[in-house]
Amino acid sequence: MTLYLEIIIYLLLIGCAIIALRVKDLLAAIVVLSAYSLCSAFLFAVVGAVDVGFTEAVVGAGLSGLLFLAALFYTSRKSAD
Amino acid sequence: MVKKSSSIIVGIVSRAIVPFIQLFALYVIVHGHSSPGGGFQGGALLGASILLLRLTVGREGSELVFPERMGTPMSGFGVFIYAFVGVAAMIGGGVYLNYAFLPIGGMQPAELRSLGILLVETGVGIGVMATMIVIFDDIAKGNFHD
Repeated sequence: MTLYLEIIIYLLLIGCAIIALRVKDLLAAIVVLSAYSLCSAFLFAVVGAVDVGFTEAVVGAGLSGLLFLAALFYTSRKSAD
Repeated sequence: MVKKSSSIIVGIVSRAIVPFIQLFALYVIVHGHSSPGGGFQGGALLGASILLLRLTVGREGSELVFPERMGTPMSGFGVFIYAFVGVAAMIGGGVYLNYAFLPIGGMQPAELRSLGILLVETGVGIGVMATMIVIFDDIAKGNFHD
């Protein structure tokens, strides 16, 4: 049971990583990267490291995505000169 | 960059969900010595709830919850609580952060250890929350060197 769950989460992790690298829109890349962090938090929780999974869910999926979002809104796609 | 969201649904839902995030963060901090989580995770949850308000409600609304000028003093205050508990244990006769020697009368050493862990995790939570908010405010404001 746990093995099947781990395999599904590993496939989700690989899929999220490939999508985050291949997608053109930077906002979509940030969202998929947060989904990647959430999947890795699930993986940590499944294999027994609940504390690490909790930290990953809060910091990786929540706060780092928020900081990436702030940095994306502060920069612009084309240079000014 | 931090301005009010134009969608009324986003504003209402985020304002409704923020108290529950903060209640869960307080639960994580208080139960830190007997369950997964602790000061860092609870403080990060508190900071994330206030950053959600910063993103959706806007600067004027979220200034009422956590003023921007309070960020650096609060992060220093959290570190002060942590260091003060450690030094209080030294005053009581033990080494740094040995909670059993906290100078509080009428309590068993096990109770003193539980109380000391709670105090230290409260300090860690306050410091982490304020530091997260300070980082976001500095990025959003554009002044990286103050």
